[in-house]
Amino acid sequence: MTLDTVKHANETPDVEQPWAELGLKQDEYERIRAILGRRPTGAELAMYSVMWSEHCSYKSSKVHLRQFGEKAPENDALLVGIGENAGVVDVGQGYAVTFKVESHNHPSYIEPYQGAATGVGGIVRDILAMGARPVAVMDPLRFGAADHPDTKRVLPGVVAGIGGYGNCLGLPNIGGEVVFDPCYQGNPLVNALCIGVMKHEDIHLAKASGAGNKVVLYGARTGGDGIGGVSVLASETFDDSKPTKRPAVQVGDPFQEKLLIECTLELFREGLVEGIQDLGGAGLSCATSELASAGSGGMRVDLDRVHLRDATLSPEEILMSESQERMCAVVEPSKIDRFLEICEKWDVIATVIGEVTDGERLEIFWHGEQIVDVPPRTVAHEGPVYERPYARPEWQDALQADDANALPRPQTPEELREQVLKVISSPNQASKSWITDQYDRFVQGNTVLAQPEDSGMIRIDEETGLGVAVATDGNGRYAKLDPYAGAQLALAESYRNVAATGARPLAISNCLNFGSPEDPAVMWQFAEATRGLADGCLALGTPVTGGNVSLYNQTGETAIHPTPVVAVLGVIDDVNRRTPMAFREEGQLLYLLGDTREELGGSAWSQVIHDHLGGLPPAVDLDREKLLAEILIAASRDGMIDAAHDLSDGGLVQALTESCLRGGKGARIVVPDGLDPFVFLFSESAGRAVVSVPRSEELRFTDMCGARGLPATRIGVVDGEALEIQGQFGLSLAELRAAHEATIPSLVG
Amino acid sequence: MTARVGVVTFPGTLDDRDTQRAVRIAGLEPVPLWHRDKDLKQVDAVVLPGGFSYGDYLRAGAISRFSPVMETVVEQAKAGLPVLGICNGFQVLTETHLLPGAMLRNNHLHFVCRDQKLRVENAETAWTADYEAGQEISVPLKNIDGRYVADERTLDELEAEGRVAFRYLDGNPNGSLRDIAGITNAAGNVVGLMPHPEHAVEPLVGTGRTDGLGFFTSLLKKLVA
Repeated sequence: MTLDTVKHANETPDVEQPWAELGLKQDEYERIRAILGRRPTGAELAMYSVMWSEHCSYKSSKVHLRQFGEKAPENDALLVGIGENAGVVDVGQGYAVTFKVESHNHPSYIEPYQGAATGVGGIVRDILAMGARPVAVMDPLRFGAADHPDTKRVLPGVVAGIGGYGNCLGLPNIGGEVVFDPCYQGNPLVNALCIGVMKHEDIHLAKASGAGNKVVLYGARTGGDGIGGVSVLASETFDDSKPTKRPAVQVGDPFQEKLLIECTLELFREGLVEGIQDLGGAGLSCATSELASAGSGGMRVDLDRVHLRDATLSPEEILMSESQERMCAVVEPSKIDRFLEICEKWDVIATVIGEVTDGERLEIFWHGEQIVDVPPRTVAHEGPVYERPYARPEWQDALQADDANALPRPQTPEELREQVLKVISSPNQASKSWITDQYDRFVQGNTVLAQPEDSGMIRIDEETGLGVAVATDGNGRYAKLDPYAGAQLALAESYRNVAATGARPLAISNCLNFGSPEDPAVMWQFAEATRGLADGCLALGTPVTGGNVSLYNQTGETAIHPTPVVAVLGVIDDVNRRTPMAFREEGQLLYLLGDTREELGGSAWSQVIHDHLGGLPPAVDLDREKLLAEILIAASRDGMIDAAHDLSDGGLVQALTESCLRGGKGARIVVPDGLDPFVFLFSESAGRAVVSVPRSEELRFTDMCGARGLPATRIGVVDGEALEIQGQFGLSLAELRAAHEATIPSLVG
Repeated sequence: MTARVGVVTFPGTLDDRDTQRAVRIAGLEPVPLWHRDKDLKQVDAVVLPGGFSYGDYLRAGAISRFSPVMETVVEQAKAGLPVLGICNGFQVLTETHLLPGAMLRNNHLHFVCRDQKLRVENAETAWTADYEAGQEISVPLKNIDGRYVADERTLDELEAEGRVAFRYLDGNPNGSLRDIAGITNAAGNVVGLMPHPEHAVEPLVGTGRTDGLGFFTSLLKKLVA
């Protein structure tokens, strides 16, 4: 086969090209021709097709995501904002923290182990590329029904993949979520988050500048795996009629990634890196075009210099390959020898594949013949932007009218007790330790809190005790009922979780998982959710630092619940002051903070007892969330509380169960006057937490709540060996434990 | 005057920095050692930390035993240098035959990370002298290849000579024969175990216990005595 050079493309304008097979639309192909003034070469077509995919270009979501910048709150903490590999936040004492959450949904359904493993690998390289040492990971996961046979294939594979890869990197896994819902049956959500720490002066950016500087590709050899992963896999809907897409899933090698991390950190330490980009989705196409696009000049690359795992790969395939564990750096010529020496020390293959030029084009050669000649910005940043039509679905009104508050309720204390047991043992509310015990949460020796605590907390300075906390939350059921409120509830819960451990929320990242943008109903959900999130971030003063959009999450015509997952990052000046969730001291007083209303729409109770989804989600009051957070942080700092636990799905009874079991202590609870015991236990009103207050601090604590106007209701005392709801029922800790902990192992173990 | 403790980093080692910290907290001086370097820098003891050296390819610890640093470690261990192998380090010690037996995949086939109760069976080794025989301690356990096996004769011999250093309590987490969590050589200078004492040295992080600190203070006691 003749090489499709730029010259050849000029000479053969009418050759039929496989743009449709590569996932491009007719008008997109025409636009590429217009940009280049000729037909693209095969290599150029490959690059544009992956870079203009939904996954890389955000073409359907861009117009909505702009709000995150436009509505960004004033915040001095943001050092690097949206657009880079990950945002960077100032956490004080000269430290900066970078964090980001990303999706690896479709690969994880096709090949659960590798899909999930490479999801971890990809997000870790994103964090590394900012100049930071990765210090922790978290995984928000969503699967189909817990008792569905295919969940037994997907879940253990995903968990083993996350563990197998993450454990081998030496990164503690400190939190995340596991949610089951039939809507994710054919399209599980595997989101991965990584947190990294650096000093301010160590921030690195993805740009290639300085003519004559060398472009170095280092890490694993390039193979034929993951070709077209972003365009074919991540940007289309699954359809049974097409052949299986397993070859588009990448295969990871965590050992190689661990070497890459240590090698890269040493390169940073010695000041050898001018600009850096990881190779993830769209591989070299992405790395070269983004580096060149963000820099001052052009770039020339000799593609035949790339180290290959498979010598038969064509230049197009090399450009599209998503082989894992690779990075691309821009290095000054005088530093190249030392750069290569350090790579050799770590047994990492490194190759100079090109250099920065003073031109304006990205030029790629194959054995001396030019196969790419493009303006890099048109590949990386000036892709198509769609104003997709959106419309509130006609079924939305009926869904909201189907009020969960009208569902039949337990009539007797016995029935209430029975329903409590059913809810806390249901797959979504049950203990996830069977899963999280397969992740290393101790490595690096800085884990202050890890799952099932409200947020994961990592110490970043041993001397001062400075630490960061991160929580991730999302509730697709709430978002289905009202995407605007649902996104805000995810934000509020994550914010509350960070504050409950004593950390001050600073900034957020998000992973927006939705169905097909070509469906106006899905697009409406997306528009509403992004609007809700942007408004919420403005109200709470927590800017969006970056994130990820995952569309086409659906099976045939049926989309998943809209699932915005929000990760909130907080800072704590001294981790010695953190608040855990366990009730530990008998005799301490339990206070319920916030207002409990009759709010059962989208609740765990409505799902478990009635298999129902309807009505409205709990009301959002962001001013109240802010006040609650301030109280929780102050109480933690001043030693007024010994335990705190956020109230969310499952309501108060869920929180009490978890805090009792965590500390191995019971509680005696009194239902407050005027409150229905059922509503008291199961309502999911937002803006609430339960705290354990030492008697010596009671007055100081209640005075503070009173002065600030936060309702604080004394509901009981830490005591005994049972959770006792006075006048209603009691459940021994042994019964609670059996109900809460047996479910997951019995379903997927 | 304090003791210098070498901490080896192989490619794929994960707990080297944690081990250095634990050594420091115990009042000893950590000395980083690199796998390609035969020179042990005149340290008074060596720790082989946990991780997945060489990706655990072939078999956990199987490639590391051939690294230059191990040549010297084996040589000096035979001459009495205190050596502690934690998790992957224990696997390396069995591969070098400084300790008998081998580690297989956990019987339940999953990675397991948990707070693990142990009984110190031998409090006379270089790494356990600060404990009492029979003392119960809790330290994190985290591995997938943690099932200790050896032939019956070796096991009987280990038992008879008091060389079972640690035993799992409250449930065997991985199917290890005779609940063995760690063993020592006959001289008591080489000890290997699967659980991670270096993750239990500070009250705030990890499991919140400091039960693992004794490993490192034991060394000080032995070396200074």
